[in-house]
Amino acid sequence: MELFKIRKDIPFMKHALVFNAISFITFAMAVFFLFTKGLHLSVEFTGGTLMEVSYSQPADLNKVRGTVSTLGFSEVQVQNFGTARDVMIRLPAQKGVSSAQQSEKVLTALKADNAEVTLRRTEFVGPQVGDELAQDGLKALAFVVIGIVIYLAIRFEWKFAVSAIIANLHDVIIILGFFAFFQWEFSLAVLAAVLAVLGYSVNESVVIFDRIRENFRRYRKMNTVEIIDNAITSTISRTIITHGSTQIMVLSMLLFGGETLHYFAMALTIGILFGIYSSVFVAAAIAMWLGIQREDLIKPLKKDNDPGDENSGAVV
Amino acid sequence: MNRYPVWKYAIIVIAMLLGVVYTLPNFFGEAPAVQVSSGKATIKVDTQTLQKVEDALKAAAVNAQTVTLEGGSIRARFENTDEQLKAKDAIQKALTPEGADPQYVVALNLVSRSPAWLTSLHASPMYLGLDLRGGVHFMLQVDMQAALTQKVESITGDLRSLLREKDVRHGGISRNGQAIEIRLRDAQQLEAAKRVLSAQFADLQTQEVAEGTEFRLTASIKPEAARKVQEQALKQNITTLHNRINELGVAEPVIQQQGLDRIVVQLPGVQDTAKAKDILGRTATLEVRMVDESTEARGAEQAGGIVPFGAERYLERDGRPLIVKKQVVLTGDNLTDAQPGFDGQTQEPVVNLTLDAKGARIFKDVTRDNVGKRMAIILFEKGKGEVVTAPVIRAEIGGGRVQISGRMTTAEANDTALLLRAGSLAAPMEIIEERTIGPSLGAENIAKGFNSVTWGFLVIVAFMVVYYAMFGLFSGIALGVNLLFLVAILSMLQATLTLPGMAAMALALGMAIDSNVLINERVREELRNGVSPQAAIHAGYDRAWATIFDSNITTLIAGVALLAFGSGPVRGFAVVHCIGILTSMFSAVFFSRGLVNLWYGGKKKLKSVSIGTVWRPEGGSAVKAD
Repeated sequence: MELFKIRKDIPFMKHALVFNAISFITFAMAVFFLFTKGLHLSVEFTGGTLMEVSYSQPADLNKVRGTVSTLGFSEVQVQNFGTARDVMIRLPAQKGVSSAQQSEKVLTALKADNAEVTLRRTEFVGPQVGDELAQDGLKALAFVVIGIVIYLAIRFEWKFAVSAIIANLHDVIIILGFFAFFQWEFSLAVLAAVLAVLGYSVNESVVIFDRIRENFRRYRKMNTVEIIDNAITSTISRTIITHGSTQIMVLSMLLFGGETLHYFAMALTIGILFGIYSSVFVAAAIAMWLGIQREDLIKPLKKDNDPGDENSGAVV
Repeated sequence: MNRYPVWKYAIIVIAMLLGVVYTLPNFFGEAPAVQVSSGKATIKVDTQTLQKVEDALKAAAVNAQTVTLEGGSIRARFENTDEQLKAKDAIQKALTPEGADPQYVVALNLVSRSPAWLTSLHASPMYLGLDLRGGVHFMLQVDMQAALTQKVESITGDLRSLLREKDVRHGGISRNGQAIEIRLRDAQQLEAAKRVLSAQFADLQTQEVAEGTEFRLTASIKPEAARKVQEQALKQNITTLHNRINELGVAEPVIQQQGLDRIVVQLPGVQDTAKAKDILGRTATLEVRMVDESTEARGAEQAGGIVPFGAERYLERDGRPLIVKKQVVLTGDNLTDAQPGFDGQTQEPVVNLTLDAKGARIFKDVTRDNVGKRMAIILFEKGKGEVVTAPVIRAEIGGGRVQISGRMTTAEANDTALLLRAGSLAAPMEIIEERTIGPSLGAENIAKGFNSVTWGFLVIVAFMVVYYAMFGLFSGIALGVNLLFLVAILSMLQATLTLPGMAAMALALGMAIDSNVLINERVREELRNGVSPQAAIHAGYDRAWATIFDSNITTLIAGVALLAFGSGPVRGFAVVHCIGILTSMFSAVFFSRGLVNLWYGGKKKLKSVSIGTVWRPEGGSAVKAD
């Protein structure tokens, strides 16, 4: 079986401007929604109490909402979680009341209403922890970005490093944009997914850059645009197949993983789809505009006595 | 060119064997068990205890599958939960007679059903996180400022009595925040006070200010000493938590320091979460003070008049007000134990207190000077004090053993003892993070994670076989081996597996196949360019390796960042993610190459390889390579 029967190199770079314009518009929209709507942060970041309760019959949300609001909490969110019988209740952090008291109070009130209700889980996060988690998240993001830039700059060249990280950070912003637009809950697990996607979709750029470097060595007569087009064309089938197989896994999580893994898998899905787009169409184009050329990658003298270079033997 | 030397195959075989052995325990499931562990640092669980447990089981006619002593705890395994519950009652009765001080913790637990030879190899199943087995997780923040303030307060008291003893006259000692201020009339007294301070209180640093003819000496705790106070406070709180949790009877509690001022408590399998929260959340400190017996105080008590200087009003448990002096005689620091019991003569319920040496000395002095007066034991919870009991001192009490009696029911005596024990926290704590997962949700989460991994795996393998034929099959086997290694390493390290960890496992497999796709595509490309099959395999693996390495490193950078900065669920994800990347490099490249070499490597005149359709644009039509 072969899905990709490409006769000639596809002139991707001819349309680089169009691709980047699309990408830029999506990016701008994502930023716009991030600023206007903001992220719907989970209790892990905001602090507060989250309770998941289960009824034996489909739950009457309005009744639950009514019961909880009589307890004097402001801004209570009550919604179904997964099935109609499971209800998720979010309470904001209150000064002077411990979580134990909060969730007990709510459960007692709900039990008084309907004795069949059972507590499936609670989660309480104090406000100071929430702030720390947000900070740690940003630190982790910074660490990943700097780490990848340094690694790529050493392995390839700074222009590649910069273009790869721009392309993939734009994926991250777009994922966040989706979460802002649909007001999906942004939890720690989603943050983990976002960072994993960042590491993963840089892969894609790496594969293409590897090929570009190899092509520079192999095809001395081609110009930069042709070399990039050839590199993308010859790697596109593997790009799509690998992302496809990763997506199979993610899809399996989306289908079987339940509500807890839902947004995690969602973030990965968006990340994988935009990861293909950005590494194929955006990263190489940015590298091209940054003025990547043969001399950046092939240092004639150094190459021969560099045993660490796995590609040193790949000369036709 | 496509042959592995024998040692490479040997590595593969050994790795596979280890992988199988350490993965195996995960398939045996878990059996209900009763676990006996020590409830006190001084009590050891040994072969004698083992004998007692076995005798108790025999006497109760409960049949245990195995009874083992390992790592300071005894585990008895049973066929079903009925037997387990019967056994627990029997063991509890034998080891901890009712009313006595419980020396052992007897708890229900689950143990692996894996056979003894696996256990002897230290192969045990993966350690499941709370979100998979159910339980409670707490993070407690210790209020260090309060610990310091409390320390300064007690030093102030000591200082006052010491200055009186040494005949240093002063114009008043008071605590101002975390500093002690001493007013002194002249330079001579100042010198005397400074001598006392430097000789007796090495932890204090002083500063003097002249105010007209008088002097003010400010003493504060040195930073090193403050750090020590904080360390001790944390340690004592952890000990207290241990004791409280022992009362709950949890099989494998985790109580750990996190950072400088936090404690993490995890209670796997706890069903009664409300009680756990109640016992842990009781953030109380204890103080013993004298009741103010002056007439003004009596008046203030009865008519709600002005509270005399140097005293405070607290409520007793039945709501009556009591005027108590501000000066603290003893704190919970000095209390080592509190147990309910019965008076030997009157058979009245009592609470027996045990004090440490310093506490015993102070208590002896105070009771000698105050026979016939009342002392109050006050419990502070979240800054609010409540008088637990205010007994009359009948005689001088030495030796540090104190009995509190008076119109208590047995339940009240139990309660008071528990409250007093709970009171020996060095500093107040607050729950700042809490996670409770019901047991049914845990089981559901396991099923969800398992299904995600299984279905994803099967579909990917099916696709690989259809698309890459024989090479796809090799890739699929390599992916299975990857999963085997991942589970084996997680079991070996006893790393905690959580639901995000299972998600990471799924993702790791999805990403691992990337390497095989890269290799297979590369081999196809070489074949397309007209290279001979053996050379194509060789070039495919060789050239793909650089790319695989680069791309795995970038993913690993993200994984390490998550490991370094993540906490809780993110950490669980990161551990599996990182291990998954490492195992995938081994299985997808080294192992799958081994398979390919074994299959094709020996054939000298290999005409074609089974890697699906290799399409050649020149011919205009597809040429099947196999």
